[in-house]
Amino acid sequence: MGHDSHDHKPKGFVNRWLMTTNHKDIGTLYLVFAFAMFITGGAMAMIIRLELFQPGLQFVEPDFFNQMTTMHALIMVFGAVMPAFVGLANWMIPMMIGAPDMALPRMNNWSFWILPFAFALLGSTLFMDGGAPAGGWTMYPPLVLQGGKNVAYLVFAVHLMGISSIMGAINVIATIMNMRAPNVGYLNMPLFVWTWLITAFLLIAVMPVLAGAVTMLLTDRYFGTSFFNAAGGGDPVLFQHIFWFFGHPEVYIMILPSFGVVSEIIPTFARKPLFGYVSMVYATAGIAFLSFIVWAHHMFSVGMPLGGELYFMYATMMIAVPTGVKIFNWVATMWKGAMTFETPMLFSLAFVVLFTIGGFSGVMMALAPVDLQYHDTYFIVAHFHYVLVPGAIFAIIAAAYYWLPKWSGHMYSERLGKIHFWWSTISVNVLFFPQHFLGLAGMPRRIPDYSTQFAEFNMMSSIGGFAFGLAQVFFIYIVVKTVRGGKKAEANAWGDAKGLEWTVPSPAPHHTFDEFGPVDLKKMAHGEVH
Amino acid sequence: MDVNTKKTLKKCLMVVVLMGGFGYALVPLYDVICDITGLNGKTGVANEQILARQVVDETRRVTVQFDGTVNSDLPWSFRPAKFSMEVIPGKMYTAEYIAQNVASKEVIGQAVPSVAPNEASIYFDKTECFCFTQQLLKPGESKNMPVTFIVRSDLPEGIDVLTLSYTFFNRSNMTADEKTQGSDVHEKI
Repeated sequence: MGHDSHDHKPKGFVNRWLMTTNHKDIGTLYLVFAFAMFITGGAMAMIIRLELFQPGLQFVEPDFFNQMTTMHALIMVFGAVMPAFVGLANWMIPMMIGAPDMALPRMNNWSFWILPFAFALLGSTLFMDGGAPAGGWTMYPPLVLQGGKNVAYLVFAVHLMGISSIMGAINVIATIMNMRAPNVGYLNMPLFVWTWLITAFLLIAVMPVLAGAVTMLLTDRYFGTSFFNAAGGGDPVLFQHIFWFFGHPEVYIMILPSFGVVSEIIPTFARKPLFGYVSMVYATAGIAFLSFIVWAHHMFSVGMPLGGELYFMYATMMIAVPTGVKIFNWVATMWKGAMTFETPMLFSLAFVVLFTIGGFSGVMMALAPVDLQYHDTYFIVAHFHYVLVPGAIFAIIAAAYYWLPKWSGHMYSERLGKIHFWWSTISVNVLFFPQHFLGLAGMPRRIPDYSTQFAEFNMMSSIGGFAFGLAQVFFIYIVVKTVRGGKKAEANAWGDAKGLEWTVPSPAPHHTFDEFGPVDLKKMAHGEVH
Repeated sequence: MDVNTKKTLKKCLMVVVLMGGFGYALVPLYDVICDITGLNGKTGVANEQILARQVVDETRRVTVQFDGTVNSDLPWSFRPAKFSMEVIPGKMYTAEYIAQNVASKEVIGQAVPSVAPNEASIYFDKTECFCFTQQLLKPGESKNMPVTFIVRSDLPEGIDVLTLSYTFFNRSNMTADEKTQGSDVHEKI
């Protein structure tokens, strides 16, 4: 198959998808894979909410329930959110900086195709004797080590996911540092590119630490080492320190690209340049730096000295400052803007409001003395779901609506998009808001049964959960319908959106920016034009 | 692959390798920090220098409570002979635990000590302890296990009660090689 002209895509499934080195095709693969995982992890969440619909044990065994909570988290974190952002990075970053492709296209192919194998390994544990990992996604020893045969599968799956994200991150760094069009400086780059650059550095810094932690689990279990085994002079708390040294930057890995997406969308529909571009860049870098020095706020209850608790408490609260800068900048961007409310904008607005709620409950839990009450209750479940679902997931959905015309060449149905938005936004709040109250009232997380006084809020939460799940099935319908046909999208699908991606035709040709040369900086999204 | 991309790739891979190493470096680092601060209740081993430094104040009294538990997969019963004891900081004392193997086969156990409150653990030193080595009990055998300890005289004022707690772990299912390595365990404890 030769490339006779620029728009000739390789023919046949194997050539087009299995062997692809094209950033757009790999981006699509990532997004489709992430969506499949989102539905899989979502189905598990439905089982969890079904069991919690009423007190008592109705549908599943407690052990299977624990497998569901563990697998739901692992699949959503490593299978849905992270790959979805890598997919967006693949599609958009080269087009946003005037590059023909990613810097390391073959590695790009490899980093994607590892993922199905990683999740096949992880998923296969569901069908084993003893079932899937059930000790929670945080994999704390000694509990996780009692998990039967799945331990090795879990560890190797995490290794593969780690290798995949490290390769993806290196590719993003190499592309942004070396492939920008000659006149695009760092401070001309769109914020999505900036947030991804910083995310990629976080990834290469912390994924190896996670790989080390799970390797220690593996050797503790199978090779007689005693990293976390008290009988051999080890310490289980050590695992928590290593895990959260990875884990806290990890939560920013999942949210920084969302900040980038929202920073692209809000200026487009407010018809104003992004307020405080440079402060946005510094705030992102500040959040990334702080993420490395606050990890033990996940462990206030393990018994730290007072000095440690105070340090981690104040350091954690400091994160609210750069995050506040970002929230205020988005609001200032909209201030006196000629706003319209297309679906991507609606999801972005919901992101700003609902992510902030999640941020506030985060500040509450940063306070060590009160965290002792919130620890391991539904309050923390409500908190991280607020920042991850109407946070990260809403940003991904917003990005999908925003760039779908560029990817598919068709406009989605605005009416269906709006239905999807209201349906999701109302149900997500019905789903997660009552969990705050459950947590404050003392309902512990990761349990299949509960005391009857928690019944009403759990039922409410479950109803919201089923509605939210169904809304995402509706989203599949909207996306498939848009890809198959619909109103032709203009090159600049939103009329006057800024950004180099809007200077190429819709759908974006298989190859863009093939000739390396200067680009028109005035068309860049919102970087400073020096 | 152009030269700059290659350079970036190399640098990134270096970061990955270094951070992988850092993950493992956290293991000794954690032990060092716990040793210095007494976090996790890790206790010390008394030596001549420490014993020579003690200034005994005969009027000061501190209560040491004793606690013993067995890890779930160890078929032993294990309890202190006496649940608490009044001690004078700076003086040496001996306390006893009683362990019995209730299984029908030989079992090797390893005890791991911990002192609460954490701040007190760095002032609690042992000269002799059953936790220094692995213990073998025959089926049904019962054994008195002594621990000789000193609460250092520089124990901060305000700490009046210390709890010494032992957890016994099963080490029988470990490989033969490791059974002989029991002695290196106590150095870390």
